[in-house]
Amino acid sequence: MTRQDLLPGLALVAAIALPLVAPGYLVDVGMLVFFLAFIGQSWNISGGFAGQTSFGHAVFFGTGAYTSTILQITFGWNPWLAWPAAMLAGAIVGWIIAVLSFRAGLRGSYFALITLAFAEAFRILANSLPFTHGGLGMLIKADPRPANFQFRDPIWFYYLALGLCIVSLLIAWQLTRGRFGARLVAVRENEDAARALGIDVFAEKVKALSLSGAIAAAGGTFYAQKYLYIDPNIAFGVDKSIEMLLVTMVGGAGTIFGPLLGAFALTGINEATRALASVVPALKNVQPLSLIVYGVMLILIVGRLPDGLTVLFRRIRRHA
Amino acid sequence: MLDPGILFAGVLNGLLAGGVYVLVAVGLTLIYGVLHIINFAHGSLLMLAMYAVFFLWRLSGLDPYAALPIVIAAAFAFGYLLYRLVIGRLSHGRDENILLITLGVSIVIDNVALLLFGGDTQTVETPYASSFVRLGAAFLPLPKLISFAASLLICAALGIFLAKSDTGKAIRAVARERQGARLVGIDVDNVFALSYGIGIACLGAAACLLMPTYYVTPSSGNAFVLVAFTIVVLGGMGSFAGAAIGGLIIGVVESLGGLLLGEQLGQIGISAIFILILLLRPSGLFGARQ
Repeated sequence: MTRQDLLPGLALVAAIALPLVAPGYLVDVGMLVFFLAFIGQSWNISGGFAGQTSFGHAVFFGTGAYTSTILQITFGWNPWLAWPAAMLAGAIVGWIIAVLSFRAGLRGSYFALITLAFAEAFRILANSLPFTHGGLGMLIKADPRPANFQFRDPIWFYYLALGLCIVSLLIAWQLTRGRFGARLVAVRENEDAARALGIDVFAEKVKALSLSGAIAAAGGTFYAQKYLYIDPNIAFGVDKSIEMLLVTMVGGAGTIFGPLLGAFALTGINEATRALASVVPALKNVQPLSLIVYGVMLILIVGRLPDGLTVLFRRIRRHA
Repeated sequence: MLDPGILFAGVLNGLLAGGVYVLVAVGLTLIYGVLHIINFAHGSLLMLAMYAVFFLWRLSGLDPYAALPIVIAAAFAFGYLLYRLVIGRLSHGRDENILLITLGVSIVIDNVALLLFGGDTQTVETPYASSFVRLGAAFLPLPKLISFAASLLICAALGIFLAKSDTGKAIRAVARERQGARLVGIDVDNVFALSYGIGIACLGAAACLLMPTYYVTPSSGNAFVLVAFTIVVLGGMGSFAGAAIGGLIIGVVESLGGLLLGEQLGQIGISAIFILILLLRPSGLFGARQ
């Protein structure tokens, strides 16, 4: 075992120990990082590994958030039970969108745009249908009991997000060494060549988007339980889709740790601008600065560094 | 059921709104036809041009229609430089990479606007804002009529420019066959930048025509981007006639959707058309079948 192989283990120990030593504020920030990394990994499976760039992943996130919330509020389900149901709903929506789009032969930019349109259609439906309570959104009654998927101490949401993040990393790790992941990468690199090798390109892309949809939906339920409120813009808005895409693209699409690195960077920049805004009153409106920085990073990374921030780590490794 | 008079007025109002959409979509389809770039920053650049119109009015009292030449020229220069300095340099390889670059540009523009202008809704007040023209049972807002006519005139002027001028011929040559154009001595990179500039100049014009009746916020781009793509996909990517007819159709669909399904659900028409066209006939109504 080399020194570099110890790095993930050390990071894990630090992540587990953090709430014991750090102030509550940092625990919240850490929870956000792991949560973002988790939903980013969902984008990474279809967008990174399988190369199907999506502009509308909020459609899965929102499906998960609304499915578990409706099951809970309207039908009285326990949220822990509603969670897998939400994931199933996300997988089904992913399956439907994939079958329709890939059957029609949509690729590249056209696939990206149709996912955007699906998310927009879901947002409008959630805004106007009675069972989603329309634009008012849905409020989950606060009843902080662990059996209820609500916790009085935010540490538990932190550990839950950490656990989700680790599971997503394990899935990505499995993709880099298993056959399914290898087939996805073959599809990404050259669909015709992949087909010539006997890969069922259509089926692999459908599987990737269904898996991705289930994971994003799990993130949606987590979000709803953490904040106890969702509305059409939070759940299906373009901002969520862009966030999932950004952390992954900036961190490194198609890599295991890309979404986590990207989530660290985005949350870090975000918190830094927020701190700056609270210290210097003249800069109280600098909030958009983090997204400006991130937009520039996206442009530079797509144009110059397709492997994202993970490249920097690989360079450090090479010199270590 | 709805009264036919209201329906008639709805169709007319939709056509008027669609007239300005045509201009937005023509810019998008020109950029696609020549550069084969799907310009996701289109909505954000329109929003920026609308702010330009707003600030010209706020700071110097310039009427939005009178601002047309200034905003068109400024938008052209901005688009030309944006292509030369950013998009042209970094856009290479897969088409979704180019899409991501223009997404990055739109994220930067949206948030710079939010940083500089704040999130408030801004409108321009003109003396003719509430003037109406009566046509049968329908009362049509005068500024929308003016904008409709101006939009179609500008599109016609652009069509003549592309058909007759040397630059226009070079642009069409590059759109048709870029290698061949290069071989006969056309500076293809310059034509790319010019075409991008002209596409954005169309947005400058559209901004002037929209501001008398619309408002602008930093997120206005989001509202227009899907509309513009829907029109272009409906008409067929790269087709001018398609963009023109698609713009009018989408204007009517939006207007009738609002009337028949209500303010909220009515917006679903645009996304539904977009999805159905891509799934059933990706080459659009007027494009050649793939």
